[in-house]
Amino acid sequence: MATAVLTTLDPASRAATRGWSDITIRNAFIVPTILFLIVFNIFPLIYSLGYSFTDFRASTNAAANFVGLQNYRDLLNDPFVWSNFAITAKYVIVSVVGQVLVGFGMAMLLNRDIPFKGLLTTVLLLPMMLSMAVVGLFWKLLYEPSFGIINYAFGLGSFEWLSNPDMALYAVALTDIWMWSPFVMLLSLAGLSAVPKHLYEAAAIDRAGPFYTFFRITLPLVAPILMIAIIFRTMEAFKTFDLAYILSSQPTTELISIRLYKMAFQEWQTGRSCALAYIVLIMVLAITNIYVKYLNKVKER
Amino acid sequence: MRKTITGLLAGASLALAGGISVHAANAQELTIFWAEWDPSNYLQELANEYEKETGVKVTVETTPWSDFQTKAFAEFNAKGDAYDLIVGDSQWLGAASEGGHYVDLTDFVKKNKVLETMAPATVKFYSEYPGNSGKYWSIPAEGDAVGWSYRKDWFEDPKEKEAFKAKYGYDLDVPKDWKQLRDIAEFFYRPDQKRYGIAIYTDNSYDAMAMGFENALFSYGGELGDYANYKVDGIVNSDKAVAALEAYKELYKFAPPGWAKSFFVEDNQAITENLAAMSMNYFAFFPALINEASNPNAKGTGFFANPPGPDGDQFAALGGQGISIVSYSKNQEEAFKFLEWFIKDETQKKWAELGGYTCNKSVLESAEFQNATPYNKAFYETMFKVKDFWAVPEYAELLQQLNQRVYPYVTGNSGSAKETLDALAADWNATFKKYGRNQ
Repeated sequence: MATAVLTTLDPASRAATRGWSDITIRNAFIVPTILFLIVFNIFPLIYSLGYSFTDFRASTNAAANFVGLQNYRDLLNDPFVWSNFAITAKYVIVSVVGQVLVGFGMAMLLNRDIPFKGLLTTVLLLPMMLSMAVVGLFWKLLYEPSFGIINYAFGLGSFEWLSNPDMALYAVALTDIWMWSPFVMLLSLAGLSAVPKHLYEAAAIDRAGPFYTFFRITLPLVAPILMIAIIFRTMEAFKTFDLAYILSSQPTTELISIRLYKMAFQEWQTGRSCALAYIVLIMVLAITNIYVKYLNKVKER
Repeated sequence: MRKTITGLLAGASLALAGGISVHAANAQELTIFWAEWDPSNYLQELANEYEKETGVKVTVETTPWSDFQTKAFAEFNAKGDAYDLIVGDSQWLGAASEGGHYVDLTDFVKKNKVLETMAPATVKFYSEYPGNSGKYWSIPAEGDAVGWSYRKDWFEDPKEKEAFKAKYGYDLDVPKDWKQLRDIAEFFYRPDQKRYGIAIYTDNSYDAMAMGFENALFSYGGELGDYANYKVDGIVNSDKAVAALEAYKELYKFAPPGWAKSFFVEDNQAITENLAAMSMNYFAFFPALINEASNPNAKGTGFFANPPGPDGDQFAALGGQGISIVSYSKNQEEAFKFLEWFIKDETQKKWAELGGYTCNKSVLESAEFQNATPYNKAFYETMFKVKDFWAVPEYAELLQQLNQRVYPYVTGNSGSAKETLDALAADWNATFKKYGRNQ
């Protein structure tokens, strides 16, 4: 079946005259990618799984000893690691909920006939096209208590967004919401424009109110694509490193990926950090799976 | 089939091409790695002199302090030869020597009488590992310790002097002990005037918090542990240590608002921006404070050594770095020649003139050096009473544990000093146990 999709080589083409078959050409294109994936993704993935059961430290010449599940046991018993997970959970909830509300709201506003709609959409998409590090660096300036434009614009005096331990995580989440709401908006917009117009007409004839229309027609039909946006954003938010690392390195903003980075590249506890990386991977997989199950259910309706 | 193999090989070679790097070995060039700050610029100037004399080009490569440790060890662990010499932090000695990243300089140190020419504390902390083993891994390069800068103009104001005497019963002057340090900090703490008492280190990343707290701890007669046998219980949580931590937290009350994330940059700003009456910092950052271009209050800024604690003990936290030869360097012979030149008295004198903090005893003791700047005398006095953090290979874990325990106590309101240090002792014990050190 798959071969039927492949178009056979035109016998008059240059490749064919050189005696290359379409299989050869296919291999020449695919093999580098596969090799690349194996060398840089699959191999380290398996190799690090092995390391996660050892006390290996990349910074010493000492041989790695097999320690069984010791690393996993220690990590799951470490209250600091749990507090990192709690911080991450709080961050994921605040930032994903914020992005969905803002992004979907913007999509609703854009999903009507307004002048310059295309231009407006493009401009709104700009934040997500920037690099995370750049966004982090200039939001740091925006949040600056003494000369930052945010405090100036809202008349907040010298309010400390990033050095106040209780505020810092929300400040990072706010930046993430600014950056990634356009992504949710884009997907929602695609979903909204796919809702058949006749449904709204029928609802109007039945004199359905705006809330009823929204909750019974718009939301259910957009839900699958919105779920995809939520899955992507949750996974990304769970793995956030750069934004939080650049904006603030308070203990209250130490997300699990920052803890992982410190463990791996500052403390050089290579074995243990491999174990933590696997714990994070399993958690992301589990959360994604729940979403995907829910997504399938939504689709069936 | 042959064509299939050709395709496979073409793909494989494409994928591998990226991994091959070309290394041009050139014995007439040396690369020194250090952090990005003024002393590394001075070292480059010094190295230019070396090039004039010998024709060997020496480049000082730098990276911001926040990346320095990570970048250096990433290169070590990869056994990379990008750097021939490295000016590494004193805490790295254990990790770098046990990991085989530094060349053993014991013979070099003995042959060139480094032990006699350099101040003893500097050789002990920048070069020797393990402690008292007689094995040396680097040559003291940039001596540094924590000292204090203060607003001399505020201190000398007759109105302030009068008000201070009325309140505390003694004259306002450079603090003679930690209690006076606290009183003066309290005296100048005036949030309504946007003036505050004191700037201390509080940053919870890397070693800022440790370096700040150590000044209180050591002067209160406390210790971080017994470096010879890895015993920490009853030492790092002793009564003296608890009193020291309480005193350090007390100072935080008189710091400017939002001072929960400060290190050397912020502490110098506290002086240049009229925020604080006194500010702790490494001596290496003091040149900026006497320069009117970087400190509008340069004329009104004075300096003093870390004051003694209640029992008269007086110590300071050690900063600074030694210079080591990287084991993976292909130019080790040239690197040795450079070090031989570097430790000469004339070179060390030139190093001090350029702004580097020499560890050379005769230069340090010379009146010329001590009178060169307002803080050189305090530096000279301090360098003979310094103590340092653990230099064991797992020092980064110990720092992280200290940050996790001490930071919330100092900057927040969690627990008591005793609980904090008990928990820290337990963490450190567990870490030492993990590496089989305290058996």
